[in-house]
Amino acid sequence: MTKRYISFFVLALGLLLGTTAAMAEGPEMPDAGTNIRDTASLQRGAHIFFNYCVGCHSLKYLRYERIADDLGLTEDDVMSNLNFTGGKFGDPVISHMPEDDAQKFFGKAPPDLSLEVSAKGANWVFAYLNSFYLDPKSPIGWNNTVLPNAAMPFPLWELQGEQVPVFKQAKPGDDPEIESLKLLHAGKLTPAQYQQAARDVTNFLEYASEPAALQRRHVGIWVVLFLLGFTFLAYLLKKEYWKDVH
Amino acid sequence: MKAGSSIGEWVNERAPGLMPVYRKHMTEYYAPKNFNIWYYFGSLALLVLVNQIVTGIFLTMNYDPSASGAFDSVQYIMRDVEWGWLIRYMHSTGASLFFVVVYLHMFRGLLYGSYQKPRELVWLLGMTIFLVLMAEAFMGYVLPWGNMSFWGAKVIVSLFGTIPVIGKDLVEWIMGDYLPADATLNRFFALHVIALPLVLLLLVVLHLAALHEVGSNNPDGVDVKHGPKGNRWDPTKPADGIPFHPYYTVKDLVGVGLFLAIAAFIIFFQPTFGGWFLEHDNSIPANNLVTPLQIKPVWYFTAFYAIVRMIPSAFGTAVWGVLGMFGAILLLFLLPWIDAGKVKSIRYRGTGYKLALTLFVLAFFGLVLIGTDSTEELIPMLFGPSVDVTSVENIFGRIMVLIYFGYFVFLWLYTHLGWEKTKPVPERVTTHD
Repeated sequence: MTKRYISFFVLALGLLLGTTAAMAEGPEMPDAGTNIRDTASLQRGAHIFFNYCVGCHSLKYLRYERIADDLGLTEDDVMSNLNFTGGKFGDPVISHMPEDDAQKFFGKAPPDLSLEVSAKGANWVFAYLNSFYLDPKSPIGWNNTVLPNAAMPFPLWELQGEQVPVFKQAKPGDDPEIESLKLLHAGKLTPAQYQQAARDVTNFLEYASEPAALQRRHVGIWVVLFLLGFTFLAYLLKKEYWKDVH
Repeated sequence: MKAGSSIGEWVNERAPGLMPVYRKHMTEYYAPKNFNIWYYFGSLALLVLVNQIVTGIFLTMNYDPSASGAFDSVQYIMRDVEWGWLIRYMHSTGASLFFVVVYLHMFRGLLYGSYQKPRELVWLLGMTIFLVLMAEAFMGYVLPWGNMSFWGAKVIVSLFGTIPVIGKDLVEWIMGDYLPADATLNRFFALHVIALPLVLLLLVVLHLAALHEVGSNNPDGVDVKHGPKGNRWDPTKPADGIPFHPYYTVKDLVGVGLFLAIAAFIIFFQPTFGGWFLEHDNSIPANNLVTPLQIKPVWYFTAFYAIVRMIPSAFGTAVWGVLGMFGAILLLFLLPWIDAGKVKSIRYRGTGYKLALTLFVLAFFGLVLIGTDSTEELIPMLFGPSVDVTSVENIFGRIMVLIYFGYFVFLWLYTHLGWEKTKPVPERVTTHD
């Protein structure tokens, strides 16, 4: 009887985990392939973030000191190579752009990116960074297939180059749909190098959205092993006590 | 040893009533010896309650219950408070696992007829715990003040707005504003950390006291109190009973270990559980100008929320859905009187009951899927991308609602009109291990 219950439980749990895993990510987007334990990738991502993104976007929940600790950098590395905003070592990463100006330039203040990956998912951010294209109809000259009519110009254009859309055949009168994007002018990086750069920034933002993730997996494995050992001992204790119950 | 017993004697002389209470509920509480895996979830619920209270105390030390500070303070806990992330994940995972454990505990009641005479009061107190727990969890969910907290609060509170005449004023009275705002957050915080936990603790004590008056049911539904007397410890106590302590304390310890291992796996490796335990939209601060794409409560409310959505408006009011939701819970309260079955355990009940309970559970899961909007992806997966999701969902969902309510109607007819053909119940409990 007990065996039947246990197999029922394992089955139910498996089903539940399977469905949740299948539904964890929304619409299909290519896998960002991030790995926050890849410190070199985090360092490269931080570099790109502080060279191209921090002009407009803050990471108000992340301190420079924390970045140094978690990314294996010295105070000097961070303060001279990453911190261009003049903040102190213990300060959070706050962009220099005044909110009023941003409102005027883009019609919308650039969002804080501390929790962007928590909110949208790494795959979304990765796809977004790959999906900018030149759009003469947009007031800023850029558009994005992942977030249509985004108010953001494409700061990484000198790395990726400039993409233009390839349209599907449309019925007369309909707006043509975008089928894919193709590179018009190459940038400083090859397409493969740019993919890696976009992956590194995404990885850095994933880290920024939950720095504790580095720590929790480390601790977690020991906690789970301890509890399994505890359960085994408790089971032996139970067997011993229950020997005389028939 | 000597010091221990002299302290024991010292206390005993001054409070002679303590030891008898301990004996009554632990070493001389005779529980049936045939509890199976379903009987772990009561003690696990108590464990989670303790976890919620302890981690909750630590969270309140750093949480700021104001509309301007709440979201930031949660990130402060996640990043700057030592082990703050662990405390928060223990609390958030605990909330979801509380419902997992409580739903399984309630299902156990249905499996083995634990709500039937003489345990109606135990069941009523348990259902009241469930109701208070729902209020507690809802208010807790609002506190991080993310965008899903805000819109979830707005939608759930506005359910009260469908009540004719007083609805609109009632909603403002609950929120203390026209929208969920600072006043709402302040009062939900007070209710979540003081008022409702006190009520919960009191109800848990009463639930256990009521249980220990009548004695525990068991997988055979045989009342051991009315069976033969005399066991190794006491000639006047049930022959099929064993002392709760140490037998069930060591047995529950195994359940506790396994449960904690699963909980730890979630806490350390999947704390958001793919957006089911902590929703992605709650990483965006509350914003009354930006509506999330899908507003939905956390998974543990979705079965009841789906009932609201599936019942259409009629006669110019949407109150029917809300009545349906409260009705769905009220009917559970009334189960001891709806079910007049002669036999408690599903092992000896008629085929009709087994079939009805299976359908009821499937309907509950179906409603959970609808309420979490999982159907948005599941329906095109099953019926092809061109299908009209809303109409399929409505048909499917309304069948599930009919099955949910149908269970109670069927059960009443089945048992009150004597249609049930039961199997003979053994004299003594059976053991399988």
